[in-house]
Amino acid sequence: MAELKTTYLGLELKNPIVASASPLSKKLENVKKLEEAGVSAIVMYSLFEEQITHESNALDYFLNRGTETYAEALSYFPELENYNVGPDSYLELVNKIKSSVKIPVIGSLNGISSGGWIEYAKKIQEAGADALELNIYYIPTETTIDGKELEDAQVELVRDVKSSITIPLAVKLSPYYTALPNFAKRLTKAGADGLVLFNRFYQADIDIETLEVNPNLVLSDSQDLLLPLRWTAILYGRVHADLALTSGVHTPTDILKAMMAGANIVELASELLAKGPERVPELLAGLEAWMTEYEYKSIEQMRGSMSHKAVAEPAAFERANYMKILQTYDSRFKADPVIRR
Amino acid sequence: MTKKITIDANEAVARVAYRLNEVIAIYPITPSSGMGEFSDAWSAKEIPNIWGTVPLVAEMQAEGGAAGAVHGALQAGALTTTFTASQGLLLMIPNMYKIAGELTPAVFHVSARSVATHALSIFGDHSDVMAARSTGFALLASSSVQEAHDNALIAQAASLNSRIPFIHFFDGFRTSHEINKISELTNDDMRAMIDDKKVIAHRSRALTPDKPVIRGTAQNPDVFFQARETVNQYYDACPQIVQEVMDKFAALTGRQYHLFEYTGAEDAERIIIIMGSGAETAEETAKFMADKGEKVGVVNVHLYRPFSVKHLMAALPATVKSIAVLDRTKEPGAAGEPLFEDVVSSLFEGKTLGIAPYSEVPSTIGGRYGLSSKEFTPAMVKAIFDELKKDSQKNHFTIGINDDLTHTSLVYDANFSIEQPQTKRCVFFGLGADGTVGANKNSIKIIGEETNFGAQGFFEYDSKKSGSVTRSHLRFGPGNIRAPYLIGKSQANFVACHQFGFLERLDVLKYAGEGAVFLLNSIYNKDEVWNHLPKEVQKSIVEKKLRFYIIDAYDVAKETGMGSRINTIMQTCFFAISGVLPREEAIAEIKKSIQKTYGKRGESVVQRNFEAVDHTLANLVEVPVPTEVTSDFSRADAVSDKAPEFVRNVLGELMIFEGDDVPVSAMPHDGTFPTATSQWEKRNVSLEIPVWDPDVCIQCGKCVFVCPHAVIRMKVYDDTVLENAPETFKSIDAKFKGVPGNKFTIQVAPEDCTGCAMCVEACPAKNKEQAGLKAINMANQVPIRESERDNWNFFLEIPDVDRNILATNTVKNSQLLRPLFEFSGACAGCGETPYVKLLSQLFGDRTIIANATGCSSIYGGNLPTTPWAVDDKGRGPAWSNSLFEDNAEFGMGMRLTVDRQSEYARELVKTLSDKIGSDLVDEILNADQSEEAGINAQRDRVAALKTKLAEDSDPVVQQFLSVADFLVKKSVWILGGDGWAYDIGYGGLDHVLASGRNVNVLVLDTEVYSNTGGQASKATPRAAVAKFAANGKPLPKKDLGMIAMAYGYVYVAKVAMGANDAQTLKAFKEAEAYDGPSLIIAYSHCIAHGIDMSKGLTQQKMAVQSGIWPIYRYHPENINAGLNPLTIDSKDPSVPVEDYAYNETRYRMLLQSDEPRAENLMEKAKNDVAKRWELYKQMAEIEYKAVNGKKEE
Repeated sequence: MAELKTTYLGLELKNPIVASASPLSKKLENVKKLEEAGVSAIVMYSLFEEQITHESNALDYFLNRGTETYAEALSYFPELENYNVGPDSYLELVNKIKSSVKIPVIGSLNGISSGGWIEYAKKIQEAGADALELNIYYIPTETTIDGKELEDAQVELVRDVKSSITIPLAVKLSPYYTALPNFAKRLTKAGADGLVLFNRFYQADIDIETLEVNPNLVLSDSQDLLLPLRWTAILYGRVHADLALTSGVHTPTDILKAMMAGANIVELASELLAKGPERVPELLAGLEAWMTEYEYKSIEQMRGSMSHKAVAEPAAFERANYMKILQTYDSRFKADPVIRR
Repeated sequence: MTKKITIDANEAVARVAYRLNEVIAIYPITPSSGMGEFSDAWSAKEIPNIWGTVPLVAEMQAEGGAAGAVHGALQAGALTTTFTASQGLLLMIPNMYKIAGELTPAVFHVSARSVATHALSIFGDHSDVMAARSTGFALLASSSVQEAHDNALIAQAASLNSRIPFIHFFDGFRTSHEINKISELTNDDMRAMIDDKKVIAHRSRALTPDKPVIRGTAQNPDVFFQARETVNQYYDACPQIVQEVMDKFAALTGRQYHLFEYTGAEDAERIIIIMGSGAETAEETAKFMADKGEKVGVVNVHLYRPFSVKHLMAALPATVKSIAVLDRTKEPGAAGEPLFEDVVSSLFEGKTLGIAPYSEVPSTIGGRYGLSSKEFTPAMVKAIFDELKKDSQKNHFTIGINDDLTHTSLVYDANFSIEQPQTKRCVFFGLGADGTVGANKNSIKIIGEETNFGAQGFFEYDSKKSGSVTRSHLRFGPGNIRAPYLIGKSQANFVACHQFGFLERLDVLKYAGEGAVFLLNSIYNKDEVWNHLPKEVQKSIVEKKLRFYIIDAYDVAKETGMGSRINTIMQTCFFAISGVLPREEAIAEIKKSIQKTYGKRGESVVQRNFEAVDHTLANLVEVPVPTEVTSDFSRADAVSDKAPEFVRNVLGELMIFEGDDVPVSAMPHDGTFPTATSQWEKRNVSLEIPVWDPDVCIQCGKCVFVCPHAVIRMKVYDDTVLENAPETFKSIDAKFKGVPGNKFTIQVAPEDCTGCAMCVEACPAKNKEQAGLKAINMANQVPIRESERDNWNFFLEIPDVDRNILATNTVKNSQLLRPLFEFSGACAGCGETPYVKLLSQLFGDRTIIANATGCSSIYGGNLPTTPWAVDDKGRGPAWSNSLFEDNAEFGMGMRLTVDRQSEYARELVKTLSDKIGSDLVDEILNADQSEEAGINAQRDRVAALKTKLAEDSDPVVQQFLSVADFLVKKSVWILGGDGWAYDIGYGGLDHVLASGRNVNVLVLDTEVYSNTGGQASKATPRAAVAKFAANGKPLPKKDLGMIAMAYGYVYVAKVAMGANDAQTLKAFKEAEAYDGPSLIIAYSHCIAHGIDMSKGLTQQKMAVQSGIWPIYRYHPENINAGLNPLTIDSKDPSVPVEDYAYNETRYRMLLQSDEPRAENLMEKAKNDVAKRWELYKQMAEIEYKAVNGKKEE
């Protein structure tokens, strides 16, 4: 039997299938089902800095509005004992899940700025999480802020978060960096133990009837695999961090590709949302069957076997446009070693 | 050591009443609602009473119901209480006679309030408790927050010991809402005062089948009288029992009270006898005068019923020569007001019994003061003492007003003051929305709880729900603050004006004393600000030698994400300048209280407030005050000189808060006021107003339809009109069929708009070049105020559409009708007023309105100005408010008169046919008035007839002329909210619908008691949080429409204009046209839902799409035609209920505070929706057959 074990962020995992941050982890019963189905770890849904701030500001606004204005109605709502607008309910859930399942639980924190809220990282650790996934994103619209400034801020954020916790830290990235390998390296230096490739965003869509902009998030398909696959292959061996591949993992084949590119694990969301936890045993069975058929002994064996460094023709990962390339000419052998470095 | 707390009397009383009772039956009524709200919240939090069990709090459908429930609970043996005021207490009276007649211990806590007479008033006086004085309840009065706290306990103990039920009362607002620093009673204090044996004795008298008795028998002439006399011994014993309880209380707490509390010179010759908060003012003034050697004193009446002559005699000094008895009530036609009469008879009885301290009965006069919270000041007390010196004293006097009509009033010197120099007095002007009052409440708590000072806060609000001005009066200093009156002219050490604009219309600095500090929120900097102040302001600053500070609070608020809330910023300034605490300490305390107030709302709220505090001091600057007045402009007049005289001279004074100076002769005698006055109150409350873009406009009329304040209007007219148009007046080719005129304009009233932006939300037309813009867009008001004012005035001059030819069956056309409801004081973005306005447009010229008390009666009828208006012929809705509970009956009475008088007029037309002429008689009697043209033709006939007969002295003709107008169709509308329709007025509403009379009922359903601050009604939906349903309402909304449909002959419509405006329009027209009772239930989004009010229409739409609010019309005439009467106008639910609900704070806050309960209730709410939808659908599909193929007679 093929050995499916893998390691990620120092955690021993029985297989490379990890449930990605998704609404599935909002309920303990779902997490239990995922565990039973065979996932090797779970990434909790994200605690959003923006959402916490927004919810608390909105609650404050609506409870205040119209108060102390008119003598007969000095307020409009009863003052309740407490509100779970902060991270408390999230932390409680982490705690509850952690004590109810045996698989590792990875907390997830979503934010864009350094500040008081990174305290939540520590609280997630205290709630029992085995690791933390930090989801950083920023859609810059200002013309005055340059890329370096943004990258510096994000590196700083990772450093701040890392210094506030002792559990391993993975950073979930977007693919939109000018020099991803360099940035990835800076993140690992700042303390990232793993990189998760990549975040998928809601995209703004335009409704031409109503002339409104609507958020749009469709579930991924295997086509979406190719982007993270390339960058996993490129980063493998170049940065000192574990790699998690997410986006577009739907089939056993997708998982095999991810492993071969160099990923330690794959994180699944769309596939599980669409087909439910019962999809996990099918994937595992398919994985194992293929490995048996092609006589791979273990995941470990195939990891990185098709990475940028390992393949016969690395240029294939570098090519961005179709060019007619001489099949017999391998750039690796001709490159000037100084330039290569 | 006794703990000091700084709270208002409602809380002070509730803290005691809650802990001394087992059952609490409540119903909201201002100003007592707070006591019920506290109790409900504590019960929801499972806070126990002194016996360790959690009191059961039940909201009833009316005060009458609450009293019934109290009576029942008492009969079953529970310690039971309730809280009420005013009309609420009146509704309890029948039960109170029973409770007292059965010698049942209980305490009703009453924040005494005016009873509505010529007008409603929410403010304080004793007319309510005086109306209950014959019930057999004991009446115990409190004069201050501390006394109210203490007497709540004393009353309960005395009631248990005496078996006499008590009303414990204190002055509405003046005491109920005054925040003062008091000594807190502990559970131990309460346990020490309450004799458990008496509690057990009460229980042992309860009804139980294990030991059955019967009460509430019917008795005959033979024994009723005798039985009634058995209680005398209990009433005789009661005063001494109360005094003993007071003595025990004194031993426990050190605070000694007496039934009649005497204060003043030992050898006083002139005495004032008074009760309530006015007594504290009188006492302090008497002390002040006695210290100066004047022989004056005050008797503060605590126990008014049973009235103890003996104890009164003991309280009076032997030296007394003359007495003034002051009543805070009016009993027209009586020989004197009640306390006066009691005192006068006691003075004689005391003498007769030989227990009087005086040898000669003192000369005694009575006077009225303080009705509806009219100020009662030391200056007035002094004037009364001075009156008592005179040889000829004015009896039945009034004080505090200028009665230039019947000359009852005493003159007083308003400059007389007893304010202590060591007390600091601070007055703040704020806007409701800016958080000023909240911050001041907070400040006074900080001072009260963190310093050794006494502290007092009192707050004035105006009558508007949007853009309202608040005034806060704060006092603090050594010792207790005993000054239950506002800070007077030139008395403040600190005046803050939180809105620059106020300086342009209000005399803010009249409060400032010499050398006071003036803090102004200013957009102008230190160098600019002086030149932007009106002359009068500069003059006050210079002459009073004020120290002048400014801060640009909105700038700091913007910087720190506080939006329009400048509360913490101005609060920080106050502490920084006032020096009441060392700066660092003050800031630490502000932050502590921010943490306490906002902590549970989340860290980011706290941080934002902290940041605001931290940014404030750097922006607070002192302005060097020039030595001379340099301004070249004055404060603006409150009212245009074009306004009618009454508006200018009377209402105008009210607008600038100078109404106290209006003399009696200026007021209408019977509560009758002219309508159409809101047009003269230009409030300029919004920084942004809508601006029309004609190029994008599709002329659909939706913006006009939804505008809650009728500030956005449209007209179609002939282009010749434009000859004299102002330069910036906008116009475009009209796209209307069958409407004369080729030009079209949408115009905004710039100074009346509240900036809600609902028009923008409703506008379906988007700019093709820039899709973020619509045909209506919000823009800064200030730069366009002048030009738009001219445009508005020009627009008003354009003739209205001819109603005779306008087909009003489309939304677009209907909005050409002039609104006869405009510029009300409703909240910005109100969800009710668009319906009210639509009614006024469609039927206003022939409508009489009965309006239940509530939001709609307040924005519809609260002075200074009122929104019901008139058309170009001077016709418009005639409006009245009777009560909360009787509105349907009130409206039906109007209908009965209309029916009777029109029938009488028709009879007289026939009688006078010789004079009228048979053709005209026929035309009049057979006129078709189903359409506008028919109504107007009838109006013309009646007008011609009246002209023709005007000079005829025949008595029959004179009779006819007085009723002739009833020949023209009248429309009777009954308006009210869900609190009225579903709860307190439901019995009457049901009866009126059942009567078959042609009345139209419009229920403005906000699903809570909005006007009193969001208490649950039976219209509150399941899973929503409301006051009195703090854990989320566990049961579904009552289906009022279904109940009404059950009659089969009531027209019923459920509408939501945000979901389907055309259906709303159709329903209104059908309801009015139906010759029978009609009920329209209108979804009215509300500030109490906790939504972005500009998105109210979207929420309405989602309510309908989710099935929460299915819209339908049930038309009884269809039954006779063999059709199903029910038409469902909404589609199958397509939006999840939670998507709708969780946009609203009322649902969301439960999710945020108790997720499992929220999920559970939401699941049930979804079931409610699904089940109801299924039922409705089946009802709409039932096949009906014609009844004998004929219309039912």
